[in-house]
Amino acid sequence: MTKVTMTVNGKAVSGDVEGRTLLSAFLREDQGLTGTHVGCDTSQCGACVVHVNGKAVKSCTMFASEANGAAVDTVEGQTNADGSLNVIQQAFQDHHGLQCGFCTPGMVMSAAALLKENPTPSEAEVREYLEGNICRCTGYHNIVKAIMAASGQDVSAIAAE
Amino acid sequence: MYNFDVVTPNTIAEAAAAMAGDEAQALGGGQTLIPTLKQRLASPNTLVSLSGVSEMQGITKSGDTLRIGGATTHHAVASDGSYPGLSGLAGQIGDPAVRNRGTIGGSLANNDPAACYPAAALASGATIITNTREIAADDYFQGMFETALEEGEIITAVSFPIPQAANYQKFVQPASRFALVGVFVAKYASGVRVAVTGASNDGVFRWTEAEEALSRDFSAAALEGLSVSEDDMISDLHGTARYRAHLIKVVTARAVTAAS
Ligand SMILES: Cc1cc2nc3c(=O)[nH]c(=O)nc-3n(C[C@H](O)[C@H](O)[C@H](O)COP(=O)(O)OP(=O)(O)OC[C@H]3O[C@@H](n4cnc5c(N)ncnc54)[C@H](O)[C@@H]3O)c2cc1C
Ligand code: FES
Ligand code: FES
Repeated sequence: MTKVTMTVNGKAVSGDVEGRTLLSAFLREDQGLTGTHVGCDTSQCGACVVHVNGKAVKSCTMFASEANGAAVDTVEGQTNADGSLNVIQQAFQDHHGLQCGFCTPGMVMSAAALLKENPTPSEAEVREYLEGNICRCTGYHNIVKAIMAASGQDVSAIAAE
Repeated sequence: MYNFDVVTPNTIAEAAAAMAGDEAQALGGGQTLIPTLKQRLASPNTLVSLSGVSEMQGITKSGDTLRIGGATTHHAVASDGSYPGLSGLAGQIGDPAVRNRGTIGGSLANNDPAACYPAAALASGATIITNTREIAADDYFQGMFETALEEGEIITAVSFPIPQAANYQKFVQPASRFALVGVFVAKYASGVRVAVTGASNDGVFRWTEAEEALSRDFSAAALEGLSVSEDDMISDLHGTARYRAHLIKVVTARAVTAAS
């Protein structure tokens, strides 16, 4: 076991991990942050996306020890300071961007990374950015719509409900 | 996963020393290795993480040469405009989260027969620089998942001569997002080089007939009379050998058109 220290959603945390402990396991099992979902555990689905030093990564495909000293952000840290949903989360609710909700934490974290890089993406750019996030329920249209709306763009012309 | 230790050297010398240990293996971005470890297809005692080795990070251009550190991520290469054909290729690898972790050294060391970077390295006549020597791309790729690397050898950088024009076209296998067929075309003063990934049982290869035709006339029309033999092409549920052989010409023509 080795000791790791990192900042998770702005708070300093530490824990003892094995070499093989994945970041997803550290967040969920050690820190109790079960908002980060593990869908496939094979790097395909993106349900486990978190930000490490501001960059979207699949937390099932990174060791906890590699995040030693890093700033990690998960879906739990996305709400506004008063606990209300942030603009992306609210847009997912308003535009029915989720059904079962399993993919949603990863979708929200990927969307946040996209909008930081590209504040007003085109519909095609949103779809391309979500290539590594799989949703089994929605058919994607309303997820794309929600992200476009969160970026402040008019979504009345975007794909059917 | 079987358990192992992760060590985090800060210099190439420290990394090389750690790699000399019993059952040690390099860890780049982990985007291939971690899934492999989960399947228990590898069982190292020690993983030598290269992401903290600052000498292996970053991109530098000097004259017509681009040098990319072995631990540089696909995202960093995609964001660098000095060799547009290469940045275009890096931006098509996997998805954004994979590109934020995966590295050029890891991709070239792995030499997956459907990976993108091997096509760029071979078509550019790149040099693979390791902790002990320099290897020309023409000598480096030795078949599916086979390379000239010795046990414990680390790719510390890759050096690319920047061509006059280049383009990578990838016919995506949509489930894996790897190339069903990918073609990198690079035009130099000395001639055109064409490398094909995803198609052959022997891994990435140069399509020399197309190189000769394109060196005379750099246009899609120059490819018209040519064909690729389906012998040695991969046949699987995603496409037959004949289909892949056909795609090579189609995708090469697209790359030439996009480059010119
Ligand atoms: C969902 C998904 C989609 C993908 N799509 C594509 C795609 O479209 N095209 C594509 O080309 N790739 C694709 N990849 C693979 C990706 O590019 C990997 O990042 C890459 O193949 C391996 O790089 P890595 O840095 O992650 O290496 P790792 O996984 O860490 O290592 C891979 C191998 O290389 C060795 N190694 C690592 N670094 C070095 C080094 N510097 N020197 C010597 N040996 C080293 C390791 O020991 C290991 O054997 C995809 C991966 C995923 C998960
Ligand atoms: S759980 Fe990490 S990509 Fe699916
Ligand atoms: S809402 Fe169910 S998987 Fe996306």
